[in-house]
Amino acid sequence: MSRHVLVIEDEQNITAAISFILSRDGWDVSTHANGVDAVDTVRTRAPDVLILDAMLPGRSGYDILRDLRADPGMADLPVLMLTARGQAKDRARALEAGATQFMTKPFANGDVVDAVRVLGGV
Amino acid sequence: MAESSRTGSRIRERRLSLGMRQAALAQTVGISASYLNLIEHNRRRIGGALLNRLADALQVAPELLLQGAEAALVERLQEAAAAAQDARPERDRVDDFTGRFPGWAALVAEQSGRIAGLEHALARLSDRMTHDPHLATALHDMLSTITSIRSTAAILADTQDITPEWRARFDRNIHEDSRRLSEGSQSLVAYLDTAGDGTADPALSPLDEVARMFDRLRHHVPVFESGGTVDDVLDGMDPPLGPGAASIARGRLEEIRADARALPLPLVQAALDRLGFDPVRLAEALDTGVARLLRRLAHLPPDMLPQPVGLVICDGAGALLHRRELPDFPLPRYDAACALWPLFDALSRPGVPLVHRLHLSGREGVQFDSYAVAEPAGPVGFDAPARIEAVMLFTPHGAVDGPARPVRRVGPTCRICVEHACPARRVPTLVGEAASA
Repeated sequence: MSRHVLVIEDEQNITAAISFILSRDGWDVSTHANGVDAVDTVRTRAPDVLILDAMLPGRSGYDILRDLRADPGMADLPVLMLTARGQAKDRARALEAGATQFMTKPFANGDVVDAVRVLGGV
Repeated sequence: MAESSRTGSRIRERRLSLGMRQAALAQTVGISASYLNLIEHNRRRIGGALLNRLADALQVAPELLLQGAEAALVERLQEAAAAAQDARPERDRVDDFTGRFPGWAALVAEQSGRIAGLEHALARLSDRMTHDPHLATALHDMLSTITSIRSTAAILADTQDITPEWRARFDRNIHEDSRRLSEGSQSLVAYLDTAGDGTADPALSPLDEVARMFDRLRHHVPVFESGGTVDDVLDGMDPPLGPGAASIARGRLEEIRADARALPLPLVQAALDRLGFDPVRLAEALDTGVARLLRRLAHLPPDMLPQPVGLVICDGAGALLHRRELPDFPLPRYDAACALWPLFDALSRPGVPLVHRLHLSGREGVQFDSYAVAEPAGPVGFDAPARIEAVMLFTPHGAVDGPARPVRRVGPTCRICVEHACPARRVPTLVGEAASA
């Protein structure tokens, strides 16, 4: 049975590219495009790895992540956070909110695949 | 010796620099050579029409003959010294430096002014980069689009066995993203161009741009005397003002135009001829608001008044909105002005004109008469926010006959004021005791 990665990203074309490369790497990929009901979506779909954009319509990725970490059932979920801001303070903010790993846009496809493999324990 | 008492020396220096004989200059301005000789040796004080004729004949501004360029230069050097970090300039020898090396002194002052302007521009640009939501959103959108293009292009380049359906989808995505990137970058360039407008000096704030415009106009707008419009003025600006400055200038120009229409030049000239330069009596005779009269006096044709005048306008928070400097009465550009200026007294007593005699600290013998009043700016309504502006006109003391008044010691701004024990001091002075000697 393939492992499941959930991509929460509002840019459809980025979502399509990530979905494609992870699918070819053997992952079962599902997607979600807004921040409003992102927490419920994560709980419902229970992914093995979450890819979360920092800036989403409706709610920021940081706030979503804090809610997830407050839930004992989600406290250990591996989360790769994507952001267009790559300064040290942005990295610190992501890690403080509970990100397992932090990656800046634009990224190399291979780096995303490698990161998800590590986070998913593959 | 007071600067104004050296007027004759300056006339002589200027005449000699032009290679003009004393008799020739005397004949040109309609006085005897012996009388000019007395003037040139500072044994006769002059002003009014004769000073203007001499300035005209010597091709120089009357203010420069009356007060000299040195005082303004010394002030700018004191500001430069106050801003120094590691260097320890000999402030007590600034007059010596200015006198012996006027060219170098002017260079130091000019470069100090440029540095201050660039620091200000840097702070504004930094603030804009950090807090401009439009810029942040535009850059985020562009980075997202670039991310999509890079990732999709890599898939197309690296994946040999991609299905026709996926290839078609990614081709379409790249096409969409490249168009978005093109539009986004054009929009961003247009935004940045509009913000700076490509015409305005990026080192200047909009208020600085407006101040420079009025300096170029010599604080007089001739077209307003003949029914011209604000658009006539703004359209004639070369280089044109940036959008921020144009917006500020429009409001100020509308006010100056309204003042000119309410107080036509012939009417003002007749009152001046009859009463002389006395703002208190002029306001009564012309039956006009004092603020309007003060503004009008500061924006008359340059040769119409017998002595130089300065003007400053502030809002209810004390921010300086409009300025006309005099060489001996500099107005701070970035720091807050001296809290003892009658301009700020006027804010607490709206509608009451205040007349003062001012002594500018650190400048022995330099005194000014000031006329200040505060009035509502715009319509007044019940429980509506009160918008008020104060106006202060100032002119070298002695130009106006009037009752003796107590002298108030004021400064330009705390940082370069020598009144160490001033009760209104808000920050410590950077000027040493020696400078006040």
